[in-house]
Amino acid sequence: MDKPGIHSGRLTSEEYRKNFSDIKPAYGTHEATIEASRCLFCEAAPCITACPTDINIPSFINRIATDNIEGAAHTILESNILGGSCARICPTEILCEQACVRNKEPECVPVNIGRLQRFAVDNREGTSHPFSRNDTTGKSVAVVGAGPAGLACAHALARKGHDVDLFDAREKHGGLNEYGIAAYKLVEDYAQKEVKFVLEIGGITQKFGSKLGTDIQLDDLRNQYDAVFLGLGLGDSNKLGIENESMDGVSDAISAIAELRQTSDLGSLNIGQKVVVIGAGNTAIDIACQMKRLGAEEVTLVYRRGNEQMSATEHEQKFALENGVRILTWMKPVALETRSSNNQSKDQKSHVTGITLERTHLDDNNRLKGLGEYKTLEADTVFKAIGQSFLEGCFSGSQPPTLIKGRIQTESGFKTTLNNVWAGGDCIEGDEDLAVQAVEHGKQAAQSIDCFFQSTPLQNASLQNASLQSRSLKSGSLKSHAPEKKERDTHHG
Amino acid sequence: MADLTSNFLGIRSPNPFWLASAPPTDKAVNVYRAFEAGWGGVVWKTLGEDPAPVNVSSRYSAHRDIHGNVMGINNIELITDRPLAVNLAEIKQIKIDWPDRALIVSLMVPCEEESWKRILRQVEDTGCDGVELNFGCPHGMPERGMGAAVGQVPEYIEMVTRWCKENTKLPVIVKLTPNITNVVIPATAALSGGADAVSLINTINSITGVDLDNMVGYPSVGGKATSGGYCGSAVKPIALNMVAQIGRNQQTSTIPISAIGGIGNWKDAAEFISLGAGNVQVCTAAMLNGFKIVEDMIDGLSRWMDSKGYRTLDEFKGAALPNQTDWKYLDLNYKTIASIDQDACIQCGRCFAACEDTSHQAISMTPLSKNDMAETTLKVGIERQFDVIDEECVGCNLCQIVCPVDQCITMVEQKTDKPYQNWTQHPNNPMREC
Repeated sequence: MDKPGIHSGRLTSEEYRKNFSDIKPAYGTHEATIEASRCLFCEAAPCITACPTDINIPSFINRIATDNIEGAAHTILESNILGGSCARICPTEILCEQACVRNKEPECVPVNIGRLQRFAVDNREGTSHPFSRNDTTGKSVAVVGAGPAGLACAHALARKGHDVDLFDAREKHGGLNEYGIAAYKLVEDYAQKEVKFVLEIGGITQKFGSKLGTDIQLDDLRNQYDAVFLGLGLGDSNKLGIENESMDGVSDAISAIAELRQTSDLGSLNIGQKVVVIGAGNTAIDIACQMKRLGAEEVTLVYRRGNEQMSATEHEQKFALENGVRILTWMKPVALETRSSNNQSKDQKSHVTGITLERTHLDDNNRLKGLGEYKTLEADTVFKAIGQSFLEGCFSGSQPPTLIKGRIQTESGFKTTLNNVWAGGDCIEGDEDLAVQAVEHGKQAAQSIDCFFQSTPLQNASLQNASLQSRSLKSGSLKSHAPEKKERDTHHG
Repeated sequence: MADLTSNFLGIRSPNPFWLASAPPTDKAVNVYRAFEAGWGGVVWKTLGEDPAPVNVSSRYSAHRDIHGNVMGINNIELITDRPLAVNLAEIKQIKIDWPDRALIVSLMVPCEEESWKRILRQVEDTGCDGVELNFGCPHGMPERGMGAAVGQVPEYIEMVTRWCKENTKLPVIVKLTPNITNVVIPATAALSGGADAVSLINTINSITGVDLDNMVGYPSVGGKATSGGYCGSAVKPIALNMVAQIGRNQQTSTIPISAIGGIGNWKDAAEFISLGAGNVQVCTAAMLNGFKIVEDMIDGLSRWMDSKGYRTLDEFKGAALPNQTDWKYLDLNYKTIASIDQDACIQCGRCFAACEDTSHQAISMTPLSKNDMAETTLKVGIERQFDVIDEECVGCNLCQIVCPVDQCITMVEQKTDKPYQNWTQHPNNPMREC
């Protein structure tokens, strides 16, 4: 390869194995029992409120403590059918574990809820699916997007007895869990195992390679099915808005992570020597850490604001530092550098050799301003991880639902402005972009669709209210503190 | 430094911590290790007549708390299963090697005077300091008319004690079983028989649990289980009560007591002594932790005595007994109510659940709005405040018991301006005395 520094096979197979093994290994029974005994079994437990899917956390932990693992798993899965992956990828430090009263003095250490949840789901003894399907209703639903929102929606609908066709543009189902989560967070093909588990309910038909707007059209689905759920995710990566973004060596973090997740041989990936990541979300952290673990010598994460404003949690930032990633703040990219090489033929695209950054600050009006002070970092690889956007093109040729701030607008029950179309997950406006949040959307949309089929208004008014309240309360309380200042960026997890 | 020297029935030991008659005191090798570790005395594991009994395999089982800590253990081991002569020879040698330590020999033979006479002669020959009559062992031996089978019949206690007193000059300690209704009755019987002291409690009849896969209790011996003797920290409250009952009873108040039952540290020992015990015997704590735990028992007791100004054990022996009374003499006008330290409260709500569900609905839970929240509060989750409703609180202590934070809930004495009034004086009592 004519780009010195970029090559495959940087590490030994043992190093790859070690670097990409589970970062949070599973609890054994003894560890789980001891940790479970730390739960105080709080009254009106704050951790339940903090969980977007309202898992009855003290209840499942108590069941672990009493050696009722099957009951613990059932409690979790009843609220969150993707409880297994959420246990692994949720930013628990800003959700349930942040709310744990053990955070307070004198202990200052929360109960490790995530790992206990994983223990319960992983150690279910029953080989059969924990839920059974109602008699078939004859109603059919098209669920578009087989990520956390779509899977949760499909499962809940199938459970009610409706028939579901589950579409996804990709060759595998699972969405971000399959393509977007750092490899060491979901090891041993967990996303696929979980998809298989969800499908055990029956009544769900998988459809692959079906991209909305290309292979399937919303108008057609609305005619062919009794209802449609859109769990489309965010298909488009944001651009830096500087020249030469398509230069060799400059790419989207999301695509790189997907490639990494899908390869069967990490040693075959071409990895640079000097890697720069632009962004401050968990995607930025994930690509930076994975590059480091694939053997990149220098990985620098660049963010135009300060650590406080990063949407990656403190825990994630610390993890990056532990992985040897350098974090540069108050710097914004202004130009991609390249050096023409003598043996480069004319038709060959130039390759990135560096990136020029400008120092930034907040002016008196709290606006981000460049200071006119520049610095160029050498780089053979640049990843953009500055957030993703909803790809509106998927509605071309069909009647689109109303969008708001570039995403799909939903009302109560996650209904869109189209009469038989619901939506949830990252593609809708309003919530944090978290897998666990998407699961809740899918779950509640299924409930709403089921009520729609019964031609009755939502029976459970309290559920509807609770959901609205919890949405506003949770996002409100999240945003009212540190994340308020944070820039919107992809969390995933 | 406080003087921990113990003088129990004229038997001197450098400290009041004796090892109770049990598996840890069955052999010379154990007892040498115990004395090296610092134990003040040993009650040798019960001797019987030859041929020695045979013990089974699988002898103990545990009752654990939710954290996996052992609260109590259950034991089905019988008295010594070694030949009498071997034990006697070892006892003799140890007394020569460790003359400053107390060495008592526990005995259990059939209810015949000749048997007791014979073994007492043999034991006296070892030079030991005294004998303890095992009338308490609840497993195995009672089936053969010994142990608790004697201890549960006051007449037998008196009779055997008398035989022993008539046949030896050694001090005689009678070990009592708790598997009775009123411990004062066997204690009185021992006294009538001439006992120099009583020791209590022996172990409590128990089944620690059932193996639900195999439907057999613990410990299982080839698929069958038998009731065992329960001991360890879980039995301490029962033992304390029985020691106090003997100390408070007029007839038995003068009899020296060697206290046994769940003593695991210096505080436990001090509590038993404060309720009238002359010394203490330990077993389970040593079995679970090794003999080295005696170091802290000695050190802790000594430092505590220094802090309180007690120079000798006798200076606080029985000091808590006068405050142990009948319910009817408790002051009905005394009032205490719970107080929650809001700065220490972690908002788990355990106090609320306990009071609201099972007690007096005297704690309120108020969700806090964001404006009420302190700077340091969590970003997510509902903050709430728990307050005591003073008018409803009866001062039961349950909230304090369930609170996981030390000193967060305190019970505060209230001024009632009412004089002392007990049940014997209360107008609601039809039998009132005045």
